[in-house]
Amino acid sequence: MSRFLRLVGRDLRLALRQGSDATIAVMFFVLCVVLFPFGVGPEPNILARIAAGVIWVAALLASLLSLERLFQTDYEDGSLELLSLSSLPLEAAVVAKTLAHWLVTGVPLIVAAPLLAVLLNMDAEGFGVLVLTLTLGTPILSLIGSIGAALTLGARRGGVLLSLLILPLYIPVLIFGAGAIDAAINGLTPRPHLLLLAGILAAALPLAPWAGAAALRQAVE
Amino acid sequence: MPVFAGSELTCLRGDRLVFTGLDFRIAPGGALVLLGPNGSGKSSLLRVMAGLLKPIRGTLSWDGVSVADEPDAHRAKVQYVGHLDAVKPVLTAAENLAFWAALAGSGDPAAAALRALDRLGVPHIAGVPGRYLSAGQKRRLNLARLLAAPAPLWLLDEPTVALDRAAIALFEGLIAEHRAEGGMVALSTHTDIATPGGTELHLDDFTPYAADDHDEYGEGDGDESREHHDRHHDEGAAP
Repeated sequence: MSRFLRLVGRDLRLALRQGSDATIAVMFFVLCVVLFPFGVGPEPNILARIAAGVIWVAALLASLLSLERLFQTDYEDGSLELLSLSSLPLEAAVVAKTLAHWLVTGVPLIVAAPLLAVLLNMDAEGFGVLVLTLTLGTPILSLIGSIGAALTLGARRGGVLLSLLILPLYIPVLIFGAGAIDAAINGLTPRPHLLLLAGILAAALPLAPWAGAAALRQAVE
Repeated sequence: MPVFAGSELTCLRGDRLVFTGLDFRIAPGGALVLLGPNGSGKSSLLRVMAGLLKPIRGTLSWDGVSVADEPDAHRAKVQYVGHLDAVKPVLTAAENLAFWAALAGSGDPAAAALRALDRLGVPHIAGVPGRYLSAGQKRRLNLARLLAAPAPLWLLDEPTVALDRAAIALFEGLIAEHRAEGGMVALSTHTDIATPGGTELHLDDFTPYAADDHDEYGEGDGDESREHHDRHHDEGAAP
């Protein structure tokens, strides 16, 4: 466990010293959402209607943005070989790196989301559920993304390939995430959507690191 | 301390047979020096020994117990130094080293890191971020990992690249000390590293149709460097 926390700590330290990854994701998220009123017009009812979907799509894209870097630097400088030879199981290393990635890029999205919801005139009923769905959903995005990041290591144009691989897998998360918020705004219970999101998270938590570690072993060969 | 051995090893890279029917044995205190021209499979053999690369045939074993049966125990016994230095540019030398020491289970990684840097003659770089280190300093930092996170078997892939004469002499002393304590070393080299009493393994003896097929050879030569080249290329091409 202490080894696991060491790796999380190292990745957090790297992210904070480099700075850019953490801020770029959240800046991209904010800008992406801010573009919509310019595109579809400032009509409050239309914005309120599309707010949940827009915020969720922007969150998907923002989390995708930094995923390419998840294993890339470790792969390039040889750290990945050493990690795979260490006594920390590679599956645990994938969880640790994904957790650090989520703390750096996912959590700021959750914090920024309510602000953007105000900007888009979202019904106040939806704010709590918005934060809740993102709290359940962004770890899923990071976990699923870690598989793609591991698979595309060493590939040319890995970032584009990663998007093509991963975005279709994000669709269920998007449906239930945005669905829960719409349900809450329309006076229905968001519970089934939230349960399904939690179910996806429960499935991704063991499966994604397992698949990611298998892909990493291929990459270091 | 047990004997590390490999028997009937065959390694395939892409569709090229790198070596076949290779046997080796390293006893406690022993050293195995891998010799051979570029592309003869020195790096591949070291990666096979480390467990990074699976041989398509043959077995590795510790005292007759197959590595495939106990991969975790094998990992705990091995410390691998490859071509890449695994130095993070934004972490200081001491932080870089302390992380690897902690990952190997060191009780006080920060102290172990400082001691190891001291032994390699570079205590002054402890607080210097990785991006300001020279190639030789990075290499010394990478070699310091062997001391900060001790393991019985050292696998060294051209460990003296970028080192100056003084550092090579220092490193020879560390290898001798490690062997005197019963440790084992397998290393590949193009420069002379003194390993008194070490066994030499000529890899071209195990390379099929190597000597007369120069085209094939030339291609093999680029195998490792091509990999690095690809990585750099990717870095440039990434959006």
